[in-house]
Amino acid sequence: MTIENNNTTNEKTLNTVPLLEVRGISKRFPGVLALDDVSLKFMPGEVHAVIGENGAGKSTLMKIMAGAYVPDAGEIYLNGEKISFAHPKEAQLKGISIIYQEFNLLPERTVAHNIFLGREPSKFGVLDIQKMNKQAKAVLSEIGVEKMISPTANASSLSVAEQQLVEIAKAISFKAKVLIMDEPTAALTYTEVKLLYDLILRLKNRGMAIIFISHRLIEVFNIAEKITVLKDGRFVKTVNKQDITPPDVVYLMVGRALDHYYPPLGKPEDFGEVVLKVNDASNEFLKGINFELHKGEVLGVAGLQGSGRTELAQAIFGVAPFKTGTMELYGKAIVMKSPSHAVKNRMGFVTEDRKTEGIISKQPIRDNILLTVRSIQSVFGVIYKDGIRKSPKLVPTLGKQVDIRTDSFDREAQYLSGGNQQKVVLAKWLASDAQVFIFDEPTRGIDVESKASIHDMIRELTKQGIAVLMISSELPEIVGMSDRILVMWDRGVAGELPAKSSEQEIMLMATGHTNANSTKNAAATGIE
Amino acid sequence: MTTSTLSENRFKQILRYVRIPPVFLFLIVIFLGGGLLDLFFSDGQIFKNPAILINIIVRTVPLGIVAVGQTLVIIGASIDLSVAYTISITAVMSSYIMQGNSANVPLAILVVFAIGALIGLMNGLIITKLHINSFIATLGTSLIIKGIINATFSNYTGSVPASFQYFGYGALGPIPVSILVFLLVVIAGWFLLSRTKFGAHLYGVGGNAEVARLSGLRTDRVLIVAHILCSMTAVLTGVFLVSRLQAGAPWVGPDGIYDLESIATTVVGGTALAGGKGGVWGTFAGVLIFGVLDTVFNQLGVNPYLKTVLRGAIIVLAVASYTYRSKKEAA
Repeated sequence: MTIENNNTTNEKTLNTVPLLEVRGISKRFPGVLALDDVSLKFMPGEVHAVIGENGAGKSTLMKIMAGAYVPDAGEIYLNGEKISFAHPKEAQLKGISIIYQEFNLLPERTVAHNIFLGREPSKFGVLDIQKMNKQAKAVLSEIGVEKMISPTANASSLSVAEQQLVEIAKAISFKAKVLIMDEPTAALTYTEVKLLYDLILRLKNRGMAIIFISHRLIEVFNIAEKITVLKDGRFVKTVNKQDITPPDVVYLMVGRALDHYYPPLGKPEDFGEVVLKVNDASNEFLKGINFELHKGEVLGVAGLQGSGRTELAQAIFGVAPFKTGTMELYGKAIVMKSPSHAVKNRMGFVTEDRKTEGIISKQPIRDNILLTVRSIQSVFGVIYKDGIRKSPKLVPTLGKQVDIRTDSFDREAQYLSGGNQQKVVLAKWLASDAQVFIFDEPTRGIDVESKASIHDMIRELTKQGIAVLMISSELPEIVGMSDRILVMWDRGVAGELPAKSSEQEIMLMATGHTNANSTKNAAATGIE
Repeated sequence: MTTSTLSENRFKQILRYVRIPPVFLFLIVIFLGGGLLDLFFSDGQIFKNPAILINIIVRTVPLGIVAVGQTLVIIGASIDLSVAYTISITAVMSSYIMQGNSANVPLAILVVFAIGALIGLMNGLIITKLHINSFIATLGTSLIIKGIINATFSNYTGSVPASFQYFGYGALGPIPVSILVFLLVVIAGWFLLSRTKFGAHLYGVGGNAEVARLSGLRTDRVLIVAHILCSMTAVLTGVFLVSRLQAGAPWVGPDGIYDLESIATTVVGGTALAGGKGGVWGTFAGVLIFGVLDTVFNQLGVNPYLKTVLRGAIIVLAVASYTYRSKKEAA
C-alpha cells in the first residue's frame, strides 16, 4: 500500500525534477536477491538518509548509483535524463560521487596527489605540482577546511576525520551534484561529527543532493530531511523526518514475522553458576564492559556494526586483550593473554569470518577438527578428549555429533558448504573440550536448513552445561536464541534485556536510546 | 619573535618538502663508524684518501643503476627477478656484436636495449594480463633467458673496442664517467617518480590498485611501463659491466647477485616491498651503504664469509628499524 501512495505524494508536493532517480532497480548476487525492484527519488538541496538492517541492500543500491555495480534490471535518471555507467569514473564525471565506508586514500601520498589521482595537472606528462597544490587548496577551501588540512600533508598524517574531509574534497573536485556517503560518521568523534554536519548543510544549501547511509537513528533525525527505509532488498517507505518518530522507523526496519523455527529457550534450572565474569574492562576498542555469563545459558550480544561486538569477543578470547578491569573464568581471576591461553582454559571461538579465521580451507576436514587438540596437546601434559592418539576415533565421533555431511573426512574443507564448514569449526572446539563458547555471527551466509541445525546444536551445547556467548547482527536470531540479551552501543554495553525482548526494544537500545519511552518524545522533536 | 617563528615554520616546511629518508642517517653512521674503525685498526685511508671515496661510488655503479629500475617496479608493488640474466644477456650480446670494432657499437647498443625492452614488456604483460604473481613471472622469464644464454654462449664472447671502455674507465676531470651516468639515472628516476604523471600513477597502482582503478587509471599500462624501464636499467648495468670487463660472459649477472641485491638495497633505502612508498634517493643511499661496507671490510681485512654475515645482519637491522619507527608513529 505504501509504495504507490508515497510516490504520488512525492510528486504532488515537489514539482521540481529529481536530481537523481532510480526506477525498478534489481540486483542479484549468487544466492541472494540484494535489491528487488527498488525505486527512489533524490531532490536537489536535500539530505536523504537510507536506512535498514544489515543486509537490507543499502550499500548495494549506493554502489549501483555510483557505477561500481551494474544493476540486473532498472534505470537510473540524472536530471530526468536516462544514464548508465560502465565504470565508477563515468558516474564521477557525470557528477555522482561516493565516499565508501572504508577509506580510499593512498596513505603515503599527499592530500593534493590523492585528490587529483589520475587527473593531475601536467604538461607533456610532467606534473605541475604547484598548480596541483593550488587547485587542491581551492577545493579544500571550498568546503572550508583549508586551514585544517594542507595540500602537501601526507594522507597518513591526518586523523580519520581529516581523511574523510579529504575524500569529500576529492568528491567535490569532480563538480559533484550528488554526494553519496556510506556510514560517514562511523569512525568520527562527537566534535568531528559536528564538523561533518556543518559541511553537509553547506553542500545542501549549494543545491547538492546528499544521500547517506547510517545506522545511527539519532544522526538520521538530526541531519536528514527525508528517510527511506529498505528491508530485505525491498523499498519499504520514504517519509519526511517530521512525519515520523524513531520507534516507528525501527518498526519499519524490523517489523516482520519470524520465519524460522528456533529450539526452545533454556529453563531456569538449566542455568548454573557464573563461569565468566567481566568487570569494568576496557581496551583501545572497548570501554567499561561489565557482564556475567552463566553455565548453560545463551547470552546474546546484539549491536550495530561498529558497536564493538566482535571486539568484545576478541578481548575475551585474548586476540586483542582487555587492558584494564578484571575478568574471572570459573571463579578465578584471569588475564587472557593470547588465543592459545584461551584455548588452554577451555574456551572456544567460532569466528565471524569462517573462511579466513575459522577453517583452513585447503586442509582435510580431519586436520581441521584436530587443529585445536594438536595445538594444546603436549606430550606429557593433560590429555584432552583422549588426545590425538585416539584421533582415528575422535574425528568420526565428533563429525557425527555435529552432523557434517561428507563422504570422507579426508576431503579438503573448502569443498564443504558454508553450513558444513561451520559444523567443522564447531567440532574443532568440541575436540578441545571447550566449556565457554563464543559464537560471532554463527549463521551468516548459511542456508536455512543448516541454520536450524546449528541453532539446535548451540542449544544442545548449553544442555551439556556449556556457556554460550552468541554475537549476531540478525535480530530474529538474537531473540530466538538468547536466554538473556546484552546490547552494545558505541563500544560499550548499553544494557541488558531479558529473553523474548522484542526486536524493537533491542534496536532502540542499540541505536543509543537507553530508555524507549523517553526517547519517543525527544526524537520526535529531533533532539537527542 | 614573529620572524623567528616564521623562519622556523619555513625550516620545517623545507624539511617536510625535502623529506630526507632515514636511510641517509644510516649511511652517515656507517660511513663514520667504518672510517673510525679503519683509522684505529688499519691505515685510515677512508678518511684520508679522496680516491677511495670515488672508488666506493664506482664500485656501486652497476648495482646502483639496476637498483633504480628495481625501485620503480617495487613502488608499483611488483618485483623483477630477471634483472641478473638481463644483465648477462646484455653483456654477452653487446660484446658479441661489437667484436672489438668501434663501428659496431651503435648496432650493439640498439640491439641490447631492444632486448631489454622486450624482456620488460614480457614481464609486464605476464604479470598484468595473465595475472601471475610478479615473483613467479619474473623468475620464469629469468630462467628462460638463462637457458637461452647457456645454450648459446659458454665463456667470454667477443670483445669491446677500446673506445667503448670510456664508459667504464673514462673520467671528466676528477669524476669518472660512470658516476655521472649513475647520477643521471638516479636523477631521471627521481624526476620520473616525483615530477611526472607516470610517477604519480605508479605510486597509486602500488599503494592501492583498486583505488587507482576506481580513479580511472590504466593500472596495467603503468605497471608494464615500469617493468620496461626496469629492464632498461638492467641493460645499462650490463653495458657498464662489459665496458669494464672488456668482454661479456654469461655469468656476470648472477655472479653479482644483482637480482637479490637490487631488491635488498631498494628495501634498505626505505621503499616498501608492498609498494606505494619510497623513492630512488633512498635506494641511492642503500647502494652507497653496501659500497661503504664493502670498502670498510676490505680495509679491515674481514674474512669474506664474515663479510656476508655482517651484510645480512645490517640489512635486517636497517629494515627492522624502519618497521619499529613506523609502528611507533602509528601508536
